Amino acid sequence: MLEIINLHAGVQGNEILDGVNLKVNVGEVHAIMGPNGSGKSTLAQVLAGRESFNVTEGQVLYDGKDLLAMSPEDRARAGVFMAFQYPVEIPGVSNTYFLKAGLNAIRKQRGLEELDAMEFLKLVKEKAKLVEMEEGLLNRPVNHGFSGGEKKRNEIFQMAVLEPRLAILDETDSGLDIDALRIVADGINKLRGKHNAIILVTHYQRLLNYVVPDFVHVLVDGRIVKSGGKELALKLEEKGYDWVREPVELNT
Amino acid sequence: MTQDKRSWYVLSFEHFEKSLNGLSSGAIHAVRKSAIARFAELGFPTTHDEEWKFTDVTPLKGVEFVPVLSYNSDGLTVKDIEKFLPKNFVCNRLVCVNGHYSEELSSVLSQTQRVKMGSLAEAMRTDGELVSAHLGQHARFDENAFTALNTAFVNDGVFVSIPDRTIVEDPIYLLFISTALDTKFVSQPRNLIVLGKNSQASIVEAYASLSDNIYFTNSVTEVVMGENAIIEHEKVQEESARAFHVSRTQVHQGRDSNFVSNSFAFGGSLVRNDIVATMDGEGSEATLNGLYLANGSQHIDNHTTMDHAKPRCNSHELYKGILGGKSRGVFNGKIFVRKDAQKTDAKQTNKNLLLSDHASIDTKPQLEIFANDVKCTHGATIGQLDEEQLFYLRARGIGAEDARTMLIYAFASDVIDRVHVEALRDRLHNVMHAKLGEGTE
Ligand SMILES: Nc1ncnc2c1ncn2[C@@H]1O[C@H](COP(=O)(O)OP(=O)(O)OP(=O)(O)O)[C@@H](O)[C@H]1O
Ligand SMILES: [Mg+2]
Repeated sequence: MLEIINLHAGVQGNEILDGVNLKVNVGEVHAIMGPNGSGKSTLAQVLAGRESFNVTEGQVLYDGKDLLAMSPEDRARAGVFMAFQYPVEIPGVSNTYFLKAGLNAIRKQRGLEELDAMEFLKLVKEKAKLVEMEEGLLNRPVNHGFSGGEKKRNEIFQMAVLEPRLAILDETDSGLDIDALRIVADGINKLRGKHNAIILVTHYQRLLNYVVPDFVHVLVDGRIVKSGGKELALKLEEKGYDWVREPVELNT
Repeated sequence: MTQDKRSWYVLSFEHFEKSLNGLSSGAIHAVRKSAIARFAELGFPTTHDEEWKFTDVTPLKGVEFVPVLSYNSDGLTVKDIEKFLPKNFVCNRLVCVNGHYSEELSSVLSQTQRVKMGSLAEAMRTDGELVSAHLGQHARFDENAFTALNTAFVNDGVFVSIPDRTIVEDPIYLLFISTALDTKFVSQPRNLIVLGKNSQASIVEAYASLSDNIYFTNSVTEVVMGENAIIEHEKVQEESARAFHVSRTQVHQGRDSNFVSNSFAFGGSLVRNDIVATMDGEGSEATLNGLYLANGSQHIDNHTTMDHAKPRCNSHELYKGILGGKSRGVFNGKIFVRKDAQKTDAKQTNKNLLLSDHASIDTKPQLEIFANDVKCTHGATIGQLDEEQLFYLRARGIGAEDARTMLIYAFASDVIDRVHVEALRDRLHNVMHAKLGEGTE
């Protein structure tokens, strides 16, 4: 479904991604771990179409199509969803209003009828319940004044409504208490299935206890330096990232 | 003296005097005469004038605008003006056509023996004393050529008088229509609004046009508020894209009174708004909000003054501008705290969104503080649409253009939502939608 080939990207001549290779098949869950500043969010944002990063080399194929040539909205309409590590606040734009516009644009692309206000409200209520999001948050401006945890939950809520094919979740588990973590994990597991793929960027094993990944990758200095199964995450938690940085280990 | 058409207006004044047919005696006419004399001395301002530094009125000076001296319906019916009124709107409708009050197009609901609404011309005859007591007493013409010009031709406009302890429930909607006359004309409505003690009203001043012609509106509104009076005043300016619009709103506030203004500037090619709230009674409060939306080569200048004349008065101000194309905005927010005005609390914010590289804004707070126990904050921002917010919306499937519109709209709604008159608020939302639909480049 997704194939990242020798991806180099950065900002203003400053290279952040230094040749990333990754293949994600439909039905798989991949975890990407790595130290702070290693380029995990950069990778997530480049995949979602953030224009402030320049891709200098490499390519990304999504269902065989050139993902990097698509606008952010076209990627979303094609089923790519990225949950932001730091969701931005948008005063004056209501959460449901903007989500309805997004959902209908995506449905249109998929050849589905647009939802009217009533149908949308029903859907939204159902999904809000699923992620145990307070209904009061729905009509507030997007993320405006939300607590850290509420912002993360809002990302998962949007994912539940938009039902993406490829979900890239950038540290959606960070800053969540244990109940919230379980809810977020449930949300991810509900999406997980034969028709989707999920990339989880995380620092913590605790999410991976709930959402068991098929593959774990370690990103260091803009490159994937190690890949493995779910055990890799346990080992990383135990030994830290210095262990993977050592050239001896790299060569094994 | 001739190069800026001063003599043109002096000549026009002589025509005007003749047209008055013997009504050119009395106190009001004496005021007119000194106003035209003052105008002849002042001439139109230039950019050397500190108050007009960023607004060049040369294009306006170059045209011989013909003053409209009397009422002519120009064939208008209520049907023609409906589109300028909010839908299903119950209000007192006071309509002026080219600056002159139209009995036939107006509809007054709240008239009683004591509550008076109608034409200023009529009021000059029937309520001469009240009119003379206020007209020109607040909007002084000695230092302002446009006010002098308006005062010289004072003849008609709207008069509202609400006595003590009276709440007028239905909004008072003043609609100033410019029609498609063959000549390039200047309409100069003069409005006087007097509220007694403990009274309350909401007043809308709307300016609209039936053509896209070149004309000139030069309006002056004086608002006088008694003790504890409350006014919400909205100004909605939707002049023709080629029109000149100069307006002055001068508010005189008594003790504990509360004046709120929401001013919306959409139309006109060259626009200058002056609004002054003089808090001349202890404990009074003034709120001035505004939204200006300019495109193409529009020039919109808002000069506001919070005049703290007495102790313990609060003022709040939020002006927001959205500037696209090659448009230019000017914001000058003066906070004047006089010597006696201790315990003043004044807040001022001006925020601007520049939608193109060729649009610009000159924004300036102007603080003149002569008291020592004063709280005063001010801030101005100039920015583009937030790239991060745009990306967030697009990452959820919303097209780039729609995402832009959504953010611009959110920026503007902040001011629109402060309007309490619901039908007007809805109309403003619609106007905004239509404006953004036209594109903002
Ligand atoms: N817009 C930007 N301008 C300049 N440098 C940037 C920008 N965005 C990211 N970087 C830099 O790129 C590097 C990678 O950042 P990135 O956010 O991708 O790291 P990360 O792996 O997600 O880290 P964390 O675990 O802390 O979230 C960092 O050194 C960061 O400072
Ligand atoms: Mg990150």
